[in-house]
Amino acid sequence: MAGLFTIDFTTALLFGAVTAGIPLLLAGLGEQISEKAGVLNIGIEGMMLFGAYTGFLVAFKSGSIWLGFLGGAGGGAAVALLMAIFCVWLGMNQIVIGIALTLGAEGLTALLHHFQFSRTYPRLDSIETLPLPLISEIPVLGRALFDHHPLVYLAVLLAFFLVWLFRRTYIGLNLQAAGDKPAALDAAGVDVYVTRTCAVLATGALAGIGGAYLANVGAGLFLPFMTNGAGFIGIVLAMLARGQPLWVLLGATLFGVSLALTTALQVAGLNIPTDVVQMLPFAMVMVVLVLFARHSYLPPALGLPYVRGER
Amino acid sequence: MTAQAASALQDEAPKPAVHAGLATAVRVLIPIVLALLVGAVVIFALGKDPLTYYGYVMRRGLLSPTGVQATITRMAPLLMISAGLIVAFRAGIWNLGVDGQFLLAAVVTAALAPALIDVVPGWLMILICLVVATLVGAAWSVVPAFLKARYGVNEIITTLMMTFLGIGLANVLVKIPFNDPTTTVPQTATLAVEDRLPRLFDTTIHSGVLIAIAAVLLVHLMMTRTAFGLKLQIVGANPRAAVHAGLNVSRLTFATFALSAGLVGLGGAIEVLGVWGTVRADWNPAFGLLVVPLVFLARFHGVAVIGFVLFFAVLMIGGESASRRLGVPTDFVLLLVGLLMVFLALVEYLDHRRRQATQA
Repeated sequence: MAGLFTIDFTTALLFGAVTAGIPLLLAGLGEQISEKAGVLNIGIEGMMLFGAYTGFLVAFKSGSIWLGFLGGAGGGAAVALLMAIFCVWLGMNQIVIGIALTLGAEGLTALLHHFQFSRTYPRLDSIETLPLPLISEIPVLGRALFDHHPLVYLAVLLAFFLVWLFRRTYIGLNLQAAGDKPAALDAAGVDVYVTRTCAVLATGALAGIGGAYLANVGAGLFLPFMTNGAGFIGIVLAMLARGQPLWVLLGATLFGVSLALTTALQVAGLNIPTDVVQMLPFAMVMVVLVLFARHSYLPPALGLPYVRGER
Repeated sequence: MTAQAASALQDEAPKPAVHAGLATAVRVLIPIVLALLVGAVVIFALGKDPLTYYGYVMRRGLLSPTGVQATITRMAPLLMISAGLIVAFRAGIWNLGVDGQFLLAAVVTAALAPALIDVVPGWLMILICLVVATLVGAAWSVVPAFLKARYGVNEIITTLMMTFLGIGLANVLVKIPFNDPTTTVPQTATLAVEDRLPRLFDTTIHSGVLIAIAAVLLVHLMMTRTAFGLKLQIVGANPRAAVHAGLNVSRLTFATFALSAGLVGLGGAIEVLGVWGTVRADWNPAFGLLVVPLVFLARFHGVAVIGFVLFFAVLMIGGESASRRLGVPTDFVLLLVGLLMVFLALVEYLDHRRRQATQA
């Protein structure tokens, strides 16, 4: 075991942790926006998967990774639009619609992939990274943390941006009010429906970009069902973060490490069945929930549709 | 009697029963028809003929003798899961961890049955397996139940996480401790056909189907006709009111989880003892989320759900055959279920709106 943690191994592990953590970070931050505004977005798994599919397709056809991310955002937002129409405007059950969207996205992407690529899984060209000047030269950590695709840095910056947005802007206050006391927001002259719709669309776009990153950068290809619960982990991250974006960042990092261990231990040739290692992130969620359950927090109006004038 | 209650009674009274029955039929049929229609559009867009597809589904799923037996056999696990979900949903608990509970119970059964058959008589082996599987299913819901009862942690998330864990654990169990070294693919030792659940008459349908039908009916009676069921429904309708009414909500929460997951676990045992006799590594039928919309279509009604499960079993068995023949992946069924749920919710919404409009 001691020989396992060589410098190369540690670098590869941390590098993998960042790659695995970014989709979770984007999903978690996205979910946080929805939940702040009072929409429990169970459909985020479907948004992520659909974003992975559209993101991969656009990148594959256009050859541009950035267009791919744009496509992922579009795909995720498209699913989110359905969620917004059904759950925000029509006030339908958020859990039923969320499951429906996830199942529908699973079926649809598998079908579309089958008819486009049959049983082949074409790969994208390997993507170019952007080593940050100076700090990427640090031994071990530099290569692991500061030599990634630019989207990684943007995603981390997004967490800090959201801290500012939630605390210092009217947008943040409006979001919070839409989740805590929607009627008060309405009385203040801000449209609850529009606020919540924007929040859901933002969630979809971020989850979609997360999915696209998973497909285009993480795997380099699209596989049906490839998100495999990443969206649900995003929900847990948002739930435990109690509205604090930086906690999502911390949580995503921890999960990234445990996901990266999955691959790293296999590469290192340890004779553990893949199933055990694949259970790690989910086991971690449960352990964290058992230990910190009393600290998780959700807005009071979460999951409740807002109907104007109804008490 | 308050004025409101009186008017509600008057609302009910003049309505002929035929009219109400018709309304229910329409409410149920519209989402199904719409989902099938949109599904047809998707098949058409993919360059296949939807009529041929649905034709194959009907021919295999309902009209051929072997097909209809496969369909009825498939109903057993779906009904057991429905029974489990009805208990949970009526008590206001979202048990979405069905797949993990089902699979773990199935794997434990598959390991236990061949080992026991040399020691005890067949009927006792089956009885022990059914009991143990029920306990395994229930055990897998203890952590979500605790988190829900003690800290109010959302059970959707915890049960989903437990399902991912359960699937992984089931695979590990099949691959290492329960693995039958004589087979090339990792799988548990196989229970001989004559030791499995007895078949009904000269068909391939096993008697577990009867257990499943009985279970779903008993659950319905329990939830609607007993004090215990009523207590669960009160907790489901309004947990705060339940506390004020002096009910021990946390104990009832545990009971709901255990009962729901236990029924699901029993379903896993029946599927193994009745159909497969073994569990292969990476086997996961993933029935869980597929049954959810059926239970909603039936409005948590134990008798009505049997009809929907039959419909869905036809779609599954027929869909497998139609998929092979037409080259449409079976994942198409997932899309249909998603569409079904959306249209179902939409019809419920419109119905709700219409009733509000007539009241106002």
